[in-house]
Amino acid sequence: MMVEVRLFATFRKGRFKKREMEFSEGSSLDALLESLKIAREEAGLLLLNGQYASEKDTLAPHDVVSIFPLLGGG
Amino acid sequence: MAGYCGKLLRANLSTGEINVEKLDMALAKKYIGGRGLGTYLLSGEIDPGIDPLDSANKIIFVTGPLTGSRAPASGRHMVVTKSPLSGTIASSNSGGFWGTELKRAGFDLIIVEGKSEKPCYIYIKDGIVEIRDGEKYWGKLVSEVTDQLVEEAGDPKARVLAIGPAGEKLSMLASVMNDTYRAAGRSGVGAVMGSKNLKAIVVRGTGRMVPAEPEVAKEVLAKVRKKIQENDVTSKGLPTYGTSVLVNVINELGIYPTNNFQKSYFEKAEKVSGEALAEKYLVKNTACYGCPIACGRYSKVDDVEGEGPEYETLWAYSANCGVDDLAAVIKANKWCNEYGLDTISAGATIACAMEMYEKGIIKPEEVDGPPLKFGSSEAIVEWSRKMGAAEGFGAKLALGSYRLAQEYGVAELSMSVKKLELPAYDPRGVQGQGLQFATSNRGGCHVRGYMISPEILGLPEQLDRFSLEGKAVWVKAFQDLTAVIDSLGFCLFTSFALGVDDYTDMFNAIVGEEWESGRLLEAGERIWNLERMFNLKAGVSPEADSLPKRLLEEPISEGPSKGHVHRLAELLPQYYKERGWDEQGIPSGARLSTLDIA
Repeated sequence: MMVEVRLFATFRKGRFKKREMEFSEGSSLDALLESLKIAREEAGLLLLNGQYASEKDTLAPHDVVSIFPLLGGG
Repeated sequence: MAGYCGKLLRANLSTGEINVEKLDMALAKKYIGGRGLGTYLLSGEIDPGIDPLDSANKIIFVTGPLTGSRAPASGRHMVVTKSPLSGTIASSNSGGFWGTELKRAGFDLIIVEGKSEKPCYIYIKDGIVEIRDGEKYWGKLVSEVTDQLVEEAGDPKARVLAIGPAGEKLSMLASVMNDTYRAAGRSGVGAVMGSKNLKAIVVRGTGRMVPAEPEVAKEVLAKVRKKIQENDVTSKGLPTYGTSVLVNVINELGIYPTNNFQKSYFEKAEKVSGEALAEKYLVKNTACYGCPIACGRYSKVDDVEGEGPEYETLWAYSANCGVDDLAAVIKANKWCNEYGLDTISAGATIACAMEMYEKGIIKPEEVDGPPLKFGSSEAIVEWSRKMGAAEGFGAKLALGSYRLAQEYGVAELSMSVKKLELPAYDPRGVQGQGLQFATSNRGGCHVRGYMISPEILGLPEQLDRFSLEGKAVWVKAFQDLTAVIDSLGFCLFTSFALGVDDYTDMFNAIVGEEWESGRLLEAGERIWNLERMFNLKAGVSPEADSLPKRLLEEPISEGPSKGHVHRLAELLPQYYKERGWDEQGIPSGARLSTLDIA
């Protein structure tokens, strides 16, 4: 199944901004992070279709996953 | 007198009198300094009911006990006065180097009163203070007057605080700029300087601040610096992308106000994000006094260069005006810095005018410039300039979105609280932040209690952004802690890495006290209540603790926050109760007495 992955800020370095990626049915966000070599503790914000997600959450076809490092500002 | 200089400077521009007064140290500590001490002094010296642009209003430039110390990110000062925009207490914070220089010159604060007959500026060099003729600087842009005054001072280390033409022309959105690019931006504080014919304050000081407990301070500051250097936000996120790293996060969550809050997701956000800014236009990072974070951006496009844009500026001029052109945002930001305008309120006022124009409320024939259409790069740049110069229809915009919309009978289209334009977060999708906007003592402001930190960024812990549970408690705690940080003279961004115990340790080591954290937080609560009392006396009733109708009644139409409205009616009673105020939002006598507010 195809999932859209969006990376932000420092995670783009050496990776990409946005990409369609293929995962097997039932894959978790954990597997997605692992395939990108991003440690869970580095990912400050993990969004699944714009909602907060946990690394245990399961992916479904056409999901949009957004991954941010720890951020601040304002 | 470690931490404090123990002296204040009083300049009466009506009589030309200058006096140096001893600071009452017990009072200074009771209100910490900065925002707290400034509010205490203003409350006691003016009638809160006066017209803010009358010569009876005063304007106070005040540092905190840690301003200019060796503590990291301690180069902050506050501009405290009665706001011409909102009629509330105004306390606008700025960084840079000016506040530190004032301390080095030997003063904790300056109280400016009265009104000069003709344009003037104040010159301070250590103990020497003069009110000088400022005629030749009137009308000058901020960068011009700054450079020329440094030259006239004959000392490249002199620091300049100044207003631009917007302040001279009494724009309600006028900022007080310092060190060319830093702004005490909000609440129209620049117009108060303008109303007094005061163009600038030049300071040069050669003194040094010595902590009360040098050895303890050394240890405490090393610990604190390490925390800032090891924290991902303060050591990576902010230095790499500046504040505008937030654009994509806030947009992906569907709370990025677009087209004057008519939508909450901007399809073209990527083009005007912090990442795009870093990739295309960033020249270098900049830092305020003693700051290891260096979140400032120095950008360049064509022949326009300077500091910024910050996250809020980027939003106000891009998504909120429907513009996806980063170069145009940089140019609009530049006009704001040069004319001395608050970028949030300026961008938000143009956005409000765009909605009114597209709905046919403002007629094309009234508009002596580019059509006010969402998405127009030309409009945001040119109307910023015209607003700064108070030229044609720009003079109407320069009074802010509330007065503009009210004049046309559509005040509800002004996305403001207490007439101060809201910043870059749609509160319908961040309930605690919305409560904070509604109850902030200066109106629609995000930096009086930055609930985005726990509700969005998960710092210090992740809260459910849609839930109401516990939000009143969090908002009160964040508001009180922020009052402490603002009063100490610290940058708020240190709070991404530091907690109240760190601030207490630094205060104790530098000032020479043995306070518990609770005492410092109580001082924060005291300051909050004092500001509230100022507003009540100024005639700003608790009914103004509200949000624009759109945010309370119209659900977000699309995106990840779809279907939500702000549930203020449920939260506000909880908040009043948490504060120990009565059901009408008036601080009880018992509460004020506990906080020792006379």
